Amino acid sequence: MGDIAKKSRPQFRNIHVSQILQYRLPAAGLMSILHRVSGLSMFLLLPFILWIFDRSLTSELSYAELMEVVESPLMKIVLCGLVWAFFHHLLAGIRHLISDMHIGLTKENAASWGVGVLVGGLVLSFIAWLKIFGVF
Amino acid sequence: MSSSSIGPKRLVVGARYGLRDWLAQRVTAVVVGVYALVLFVSALVVSEPGYGGWAGLFANTWMKVLTLLAVLALIYHAWVGVRDIWMDYVKPVGVRLALQIFTILWLIGCAVWAVEILWRV
Repeated sequence: MGDIAKKSRPQFRNIHVSQILQYRLPAAGLMSILHRVSGLSMFLLLPFILWIFDRSLTSELSYAELMEVVESPLMKIVLCGLVWAFFHHLLAGIRHLISDMHIGLTKENAASWGVGVLVGGLVLSFIAWLKIFGVF
Repeated sequence: MSSSSIGPKRLVVGARYGLRDWLAQRVTAVVVGVYALVLFVSALVVSEPGYGGWAGLFANTWMKVLTLLAVLALIYHAWVGVRDIWMDYVKPVGVRLALQIFTILWLIGCAVWAVEILWRV
């Protein structure tokens, strides 16, 4: 009995923040953590969104000023990020609702969901990014 | 055996907000999602482009009410989500409590501002 107890066995403990980069995160895991990142980002940017909402509605003048302000490169980058956060969060959320109905719960499905949501969020964002940069 | 016991030994304890918030998170998500779709269609397809159409849309009482409902759903949704993030990653009770209080104040502040913007149009 003593010998067995002494044998070195692999231990799996909770990983520490400093070790995160040493682990390969599968697509579903990346989608999941980005669901949180996108949600928290939108939460922190709520006042910014409300400021845009305020400027867009206050008067014709504030609306015109806003249209000029959002032309700046920095604003465009923030807006592009916000748009991605919205679409990624939306799609990852829809996946949750579908999972709640016990659809697509196998391990293989998890990988597909991960890739599907990540790519879908980027595709929808890309369309919006083209609009933001005035392509159409 | 009291009604809160499962089996002869196990006593169920806890705040019991787990199921409620799980469900609320989904209901509020659908409300915000549907609103986003209504806003997208109303603003880009139905309304005139420019300030007139945009402000005209929010001049309608039904749009103010729909927007306020979506804001309230969003506030609750964000509260559950952000609180879960603090509960998962922030272990010191004092720091967690401070972040949760900040979250509540932040969200209520945003909701009040949204109401102020809406009823000015």
